[in-house]
Amino acid sequence: MSSLKRQQKRKLKKLRMKRSQWPVYLMLSPMVLMSVLPILYIVFTAFKPIGELFAYPPKFITLRPTLDNFKKLFEASEDTIFPLSMYLFNSIVSTVAVVFIGLAIAVAAAYVLSKKRFHGREIIFKMNTLSMMFVATAVSIPRYLIIKEVGLIDSFWANIIPMLATPVGVFLLKQFVDQLPDALIEAARIDGANDYQIIWKIVLPLVKPALATVAILLFQSSWNSMEASKMFINTESLKTFAFYMNTLSNSGNGVAGVGISAAASLLMFLPNVVLFVMMQSKVMNTMAHSGMK
Amino acid sequence: MSAKVFAAKTMNKQKAGNFFTRYSHWILLSPFLLLFLTLIILPIICAIGLSFTDFNGMETPDITWLDNYIRILSKDSVFMQKILPNTIIYAVLVGPGGFILAFIMAWLLSQLDDLPRTILAVVLYLPSMTAGVTVSTVWAVIFSGDRTGYLNSLLLRLNLIQSPITWLQNEDTLMPIMIIVALWSSMGIGFLSILSGIMNVNKELYEAARLDGVKNRVQEALYVTVPSIRPQLLFGAVMAVVNAFNSAGLGVQLSGSNPTPGYAGSIIVNHIDDFGFIRYEMGYAAALSVVLLLIISLASKIAYKLFGDD
Repeated sequence: MSSLKRQQKRKLKKLRMKRSQWPVYLMLSPMVLMSVLPILYIVFTAFKPIGELFAYPPKFITLRPTLDNFKKLFEASEDTIFPLSMYLFNSIVSTVAVVFIGLAIAVAAAYVLSKKRFHGREIIFKMNTLSMMFVATAVSIPRYLIIKEVGLIDSFWANIIPMLATPVGVFLLKQFVDQLPDALIEAARIDGANDYQIIWKIVLPLVKPALATVAILLFQSSWNSMEASKMFINTESLKTFAFYMNTLSNSGNGVAGVGISAAASLLMFLPNVVLFVMMQSKVMNTMAHSGMK
Repeated sequence: MSAKVFAAKTMNKQKAGNFFTRYSHWILLSPFLLLFLTLIILPIICAIGLSFTDFNGMETPDITWLDNYIRILSKDSVFMQKILPNTIIYAVLVGPGGFILAFIMAWLLSQLDDLPRTILAVVLYLPSMTAGVTVSTVWAVIFSGDRTGYLNSLLLRLNLIQSPITWLQNEDTLMPIMIIVALWSSMGIGFLSILSGIMNVNKELYEAARLDGVKNRVQEALYVTVPSIRPQLLFGAVMAVVNAFNSAGLGVQLSGSNPTPGYAGSIIVNHIDDFGFIRYEMGYAAALSVVLLLIISLASKIAYKLFGDD
C-alpha cells in the first residue's frame, strides 16, 4: 500500500518536472507583443528627430534620440497665454486631492461596512456591489445636470468631486478589512478606543496593501480623466493636463505633430507605470481578496 | 440653580460626545453615502425620470410618457440598423471576449516561474493604464490612411495592396479596429484579480485531481482552477463589462468624428452623446441611457448566474 503511494508520488513529481514552460511562452507571445509594441512605439517616437519622423518607409527604432519633441511640446504652449505648467499644476493638485480624499472616504465606509453591525448595512453594501458595474458615461446627461445644480460648473472642484465615489475602491478595502480579526477591534474597544481611533491606529496600518491599490486606481482615473475639463469646466485655466495633451495631439496633425503627441503620451503614461511597478506586489496581495460572492 | 445649569451643560456635552461615538458608523459612512447617492444613484433615477419627457436642457421638461421609447423602437432607424447591432457586437466581443482572454492570459502566466510571471503580468497590464491621448497617437498612426501609416506601408511593401486603405474612415474596418484596441487595453484589475486567484488555489487540489484521473493542463484548468476561483471570476466579469462600456468613446476617438463614418463605429454611448450634447434632445438621450442601463444590468445578471453563489 505504502509503496503504491510512493510510486504515485514519484509519478506526480515526474509529471511536474516534465512541465516545460516554452509552450506557455509561445502561447503568451502574441498578446505580450501586442501589449508591448505600441508602448515601445510611443517611447521610440517620442525621442525621434524630425528627419526620422519623416522617413519613408517608417522606421520603428530611433537611431539618433533627441529631446526635441519634448522641447517643442513645452514651446507649443508658450505662444498661448496658458503655459503647460498650469495644466500640469491643475492635474497634480486635483489628482493628489482625489487620491487622499477618496481614500479617506473609502476607508471610513469600508470599515463601517465590514466591522459595524447596524440596520441598513447589508443593503448599502449590496447597492455598492451592484454599482461596481456603474459606467458614468452611460448617464452623462443627468450627471451634467446634477453637477450644474450643485454649482460645480466652472469650479476647480469639478475636477475632484465627481471622481470621489468609488464603489470598486470601497469593495476592495472592505474585503481587506474583513480579513482583520474581530477580536482585534473588540480588544481596542475594551481599551476605550472609539471608531475614529480604531480606524486611525489599527485599521490603516494593517490594510496598507489595499490602500496602495485603491490609491493607484484613484490616481489612474483622476490623472487620465478628461471628463471634467470637457464637460464641466469652460475656463481654460482650470483644465487638466490630460485634456490639454489630448487637444494637442488631436490638433497637431502632420508628421511633426506625431512626435509631439508621442512625447505627450509618454508624459501622461509614465507616472501611472512608475506607481504601478512600485506597488505591484501590494496590488496583487489586495487582488487575492477581490473575490465576489 | 447653577448646579442644575452645570449638570445640564455636562449632560449636553455628554450627549454631543455620545452622538459622535454612538452614531459613528453613520458619520463615517455619510461622505461616501452622500457622494454615492448624488453621483451614482441620483443620475440613474434622473435618467429614468427624464426618459419620459421632452427636454432640451433649458426649459422645463414636458411629460410625453412613452414617446421616447416608441421612437427608439419605431422611428430611429439609425439606432435599430446600426447602433444596436454595433453595440451588441462590440459589447459581446470586448466584454465576454476580453474576460475569456484575461482568464487565458492569467492561467498561462500562472504556469511560469515567479520572476517572468511578474514581469509579463506588468507588461500585459501596461495598456490598461494608457489615457485617451495614447489611443489617438499610437493607433491612429498604425492605421493611418495614407501610405506612411505603419500597416499601409507594410502591406504596400509586401505588395498585398496596391493603394493605401483608409482604415479608420472605412465602414468595414473601423469596428474590427475598435475591438482590437479595446481588447488591447482590457487586461486591467479584473485580469489581476483572476491571476491572483489562480495563484492562490490550493496546490493539493491539483494533486488530488490528478489522482482522480485529470490528465492534462486543460482539464486541470477547467475542473480545478475555474471552480476554485469563481469569486475572482465574478469580479473579473464585472470589470470586463465596465471596461467594454467605458472604452466606448473609441470609435469617435479613432475616426475623429461623432457620428462615426456611416455610423460604423458608433455604439449606444456615442448615440447618447450625439442626442444629448449635440442635438440637445436630452429626454430622448435619457431614454437611450435607460436602454443602456438595462443592457448593463442584464450583463451583470448573467455574470452572477455563471459565477455567483446563488
